[in-house]
Order: sequence, then structure tokens, then C-alpha cells
Amino acid sequence: MINFLLEPWPWYVAGPIISIVMFLLIYFGGSFGMSSNLRTMCSIGGAGKFVDFFKIDWKSQLWNLAFVLGSIIGGFIAYKFMTPDVSIQLSEATISKLSELGFTNPGSQYLPEEIFGMEQITSISGLAILLIGGILVGFGTRYAGGCTSGHAISGLSNLQLPSLIAVVGFFIGGLLMVHIIFPFIY
Amino acid sequence: MKYIKYILAGILFGIVMVKAETISWFRIYEMFQFDAFHMYGIIGSTVVIGIIGTYLLKKNKVKNIYGEPIEFAPKNFSVARYLIGGIIFGLGWALVGACPGPMFVLLGTGFLPILIVIFGALVGTFLYGALKSRLPH
Repeated sequence: MINFLLEPWPWYVAGPIISIVMFLLIYFGGSFGMSSNLRTMCSIGGAGKFVDFFKIDWKSQLWNLAFVLGSIIGGFIAYKFMTPDVSIQLSEATISKLSELGFTNPGSQYLPEEIFGMEQITSISGLAILLIGGILVGFGTRYAGGCTSGHAISGLSNLQLPSLIAVVGFFIGGLLMVHIIFPFIY
Repeated sequence: MKYIKYILAGILFGIVMVKAETISWFRIYEMFQFDAFHMYGIIGSTVVIGIIGTYLLKKNKVKNIYGEPIEFAPKNFSVARYLIGGIIFGLGWALVGACPGPMFVLLGTGFLPILIVIFGALVGTFLYGALKSRLPH
């Protein structure tokens, strides 16, 4: 048991647990959709003064912010106490592709130094990548009306065609970035 | 007190995101390279169980913890909105290797540069709100 808690969890353990999380939220009167919280946070920050889209009763969304708080705590617990080895067992193919792009020791930790390292976040170009990536995620997810949790998991579970279209979009965007745009950035 | 159950569900979510390495930029890159089954197995098994569970909840008219009927609101149909929005999201997801859930889980693990990504996501959400009426939906 202790070994299981300390080792990386395979997909067939993770998938069922994520679906349990979704059903817990549904049973608790909510739903599984993380990106709505970004809108709620904008509303709390006063965005409703400028844009009507943010004039919402954010107090009715506090349950979802409580879920976000929990996920931050869960991240802390799992990373500090349940992850003695922070390396990722990537496939050989991925390691060699990233090495060709100039990444050193791909998978030796959760996030690459080449994107999230001190040197990157203190340079204009490194900062721009993180900021632009965040803007694309925030803008795209609200435009599409959901993210991985809201569309790929909740929406597909409810057999929603719009969610399938959104997920196809996620993959078109992701494949474009990784295969066409990455060679220009790295 | 009523929020504690959501916090506990969040803790379980945060733990599984870390333990299954789905918060790793590398796993997202690997997924978009089709080099490993890992991420597909996670999303796929979640959805299969989700479809069965959602069907059973509807069929048995299960009520939630507050005794209210569980409703699944259908999404309005459109192609432009989901496809264009989805593509923009996918570009960002692959670039920073994090979607809105893992962003916050990563904050908990202590990778503080993710705050820049979270700030960007808030800016992007605000921009959508500001431009909403001019976009095809």
C-alpha cells in the first residue's frame, strides 16, 4: 500500500479516480468544470465594472472555488509527501524528440527548465511564452465554453456533440503547436 | 462548513493529477506526439466510466445530496464557437502544458512560475468577455 502511494499511478488507476471526482461534484450539486473558476475570479476582481459578462452572482460559484482550493492542497500533499522520485518515465521517442529540440534531460522533473526555469521567466521571450500560453488557454476555454474537464470529461460523458467538436478543436490546436509551431520557438 | 466536501473532492483531484503526472508539461507534449498511451488511457477510461455513470444517474433519476434532481444541461449547438475556441485552447494547452485544472494543482506543488500562466489565463478570460459580442458563436 505504501509503495502504491509513493509510485506513479498508471492510467487505469487515475482515470476511475477522476470519474469519481466528477460524480462527487455532481452529487454535491455542482459539476466538473475547472475553467468556470477563471470567470468567477475575474468577477470577484471587479471585471463586472467593465464588462457585463462578469456581472454574475459569484457567491453561487464559491463551491467551485472551494474545489480549486482543495486541488491546490492536494497538489501540495501529493508532491511533498507522495512523490519521492520527481522524474517522469517518458517514452524513448519523446525523449529523443525533445533532445533534438534542445531540451536537456527531458522528464528529469515535472516541468522543463527550458520553459519554467529562472532564466526563462526573467527574460522577455520566456515570460511572453508563459503569458501568451495562459491567454490562449483562458480565451479559448471561455470561447469554447469549457476545458478538458468541462468538455473532454463532463461533456463527452453526457454524449454532447458540442463537446466532441471542442475536443477535436483542442487536438487541432495542440497538434499545430507541437508539430508546426514548436520548431520555430525551440 | 458546507464547502468542506468540495475541498475534500479537490484534494483527491489534486493528488491524482500529481500522481498520474498529468500536471507535467512533458506528458502533454508526449500526448500530442502520440508517443505514449498514458494520457489517452486516463481521459478514455474517465470518459467510459463517465458515460456509464451519467446514463445510470439519468435512468434512475438520482437526487443529489440536497435532495434535488440531478440535471444535465445540454449545450447549445454551434460549430464555430467550439471549433475555434477549442483550437485556441489547444494551442495554449500544448504551449504551457497545463489546462485550467493542472494550473492550480501546479501552484500547490510549489512551481511558482505557473502564476504567470494563471495570470495570463485570467487576462484571456477577461479578453473573451470583452470581445464576446464581436465573435462568431
